[in-house]
Amino acid sequence: MMLDLRSLYQETILEHGKRPRNFGPLLDATHHGRGHNPLCGDQCTVHLKLDGDVITEARFEGLGCAISTASASLMTEALPGMKLADVERLSHDVRALVTGEGDEGVDRDQLGKLAIFEGVRSFPMRVKCATLAWHTLTAAIHQNDNLVTTD
Amino acid sequence: MSRFDVEAARFDFPTLHQKVKGKDLVYLDSAATAHKPKLVIETMRRFYQMDNANVHRGVHELSERATLSYEGARRDIQRYLNAASHREIVFTRGTTEAINLVSNAWGRANLHEGDEILLTWMEHHSNIVPWQLIAEATGAVIKVAPIHDDGSLDMEAFEALLGPRTRMVAVAHVSNALGTVNPVRRIIELAHAHGALVLVDGAQGVPHMRVDVQALGADFYALSGHKLYGPTGIGVLYGRLALLEAMPPWQGGGDMIRVVTFEKTEYAPPPARFEAGTPNISGAIGLGAAVRYLNTLDFDAVHAHELDVLRYGTALLEQIPGVRIVGTAEGKVGVISFLVEGVHPHDLGTALDMEGVAVRTGHHCAQPVMQRMAVFATTRASLGLYNTREDMDRLADALRKSIEVFR
Repeated sequence: MMLDLRSLYQETILEHGKRPRNFGPLLDATHHGRGHNPLCGDQCTVHLKLDGDVITEARFEGLGCAISTASASLMTEALPGMKLADVERLSHDVRALVTGEGDEGVDRDQLGKLAIFEGVRSFPMRVKCATLAWHTLTAAIHQNDNLVTTD
Repeated sequence: MSRFDVEAARFDFPTLHQKVKGKDLVYLDSAATAHKPKLVIETMRRFYQMDNANVHRGVHELSERATLSYEGARRDIQRYLNAASHREIVFTRGTTEAINLVSNAWGRANLHEGDEILLTWMEHHSNIVPWQLIAEATGAVIKVAPIHDDGSLDMEAFEALLGPRTRMVAVAHVSNALGTVNPVRRIIELAHAHGALVLVDGAQGVPHMRVDVQALGADFYALSGHKLYGPTGIGVLYGRLALLEAMPPWQGGGDMIRVVTFEKTEYAPPPARFEAGTPNISGAIGLGAAVRYLNTLDFDAVHAHELDVLRYGTALLEQIPGVRIVGTAEGKVGVISFLVEGVHPHDLGTALDMEGVAVRTGHHCAQPVMQRMAVFATTRASLGLYNTREDMDRLADALRKSIEVFR
């Protein structure tokens, strides 16, 4: 049965859940977003540094489960160097992959490590854990000061 | 233990006997909702198959049967709670609606600027938010009695917070997040000595102990049917008749009136005054069946069994490195809330589910008490009368296995 559990908690997720990258404040950030998953109380803050329409640095803070922490960690690894237009596309693709809705055109190879979150769709109660960071990213890009939720 | 045969009782609950993720289900989420005995399921099925009519209206045979069953359920519950009159039993959608009923109907008529409502830190959101709403509308003030580190109520501080302006004390009989049993009898004595009324949120109380509302001296006692082995969507507000009679209605509609003209409407006496519209007839009848089922059991023996399982499970969990139990008040019932070092409750909940073990994870709709205990979420194993020591063994085994994955 633990095999099934491993389909959700792949090694990369467990590893990033335990030792998240880019965790902490970003002193000269230009953009911030705050997110909240009301289901479990998990919180996420995303800090971005933008140079024109390119993200040069991304960090996050917050309390969360292995899925939401790994999701934020891998997201912040993927963002630096990306143009905002490409980030929107990536964000859409990851969410489509996780929820299984609108994922027809998603190229899994292009998503790299982020493709492992596809396993989450078999665990509907955990989808919001995986999407929290991405919701929060959208809020940060749009300079939305309100707390966004996964609902 | 001989007076309660748990293995026999388990056969009364069909949902328990199934595989989840390939394993025999271990259901440890009865504080969220309990499973239903066959008697409840059958009674409700029979109502829809044989009777199904509206109550208090038609003169035809089916309506008469429905009315008799509905009012019969009210009397079953009256006897179960030892209320003085069946008119003190108001059917609601659940505990939440029962509390909202009191906060609205009683609160609007009786609360004024500066009056105080006394709550405790361990209340469920449903015994906090209705009072906040009415406080906002009336200018009343909310006071909160603190709790100790073990999750028990600080009675000294509670007493000190009672004052001449205290009008209502609203307190959980049992904390849903921690399992703490509050000394409600003492609370009621103290509150009454200060001229305040007491509403007991009995959602988690009545499933674990025999409640005698008269012996307690409660002014209001709210409960949910589905946590008492009955259906969802039905609950009860017990209210002392004199109080209910003096309260205005809070919802208007059919069934709650005596005479309606466009000039003036005369309201029906309680409980009908508070049951506007077609009620949850099958739900009430199902809840009646649930208490009739419980009446067939020796409740003291059931309670002793539940305590045995609780103590056994607590001892098992305490042996697992990194496990910390949150809420250790003396005399607690029904709930083991715990943390595992380095493992988020949500991840743990998924991992336990993979082993067929159903628990609740999160803040348990009681964020203030989570804050007070300095945790943001816990994993909660909660017991029903059908749980066994073997269930606790399965929980402990699944827990060890899960910890291996996440550590």
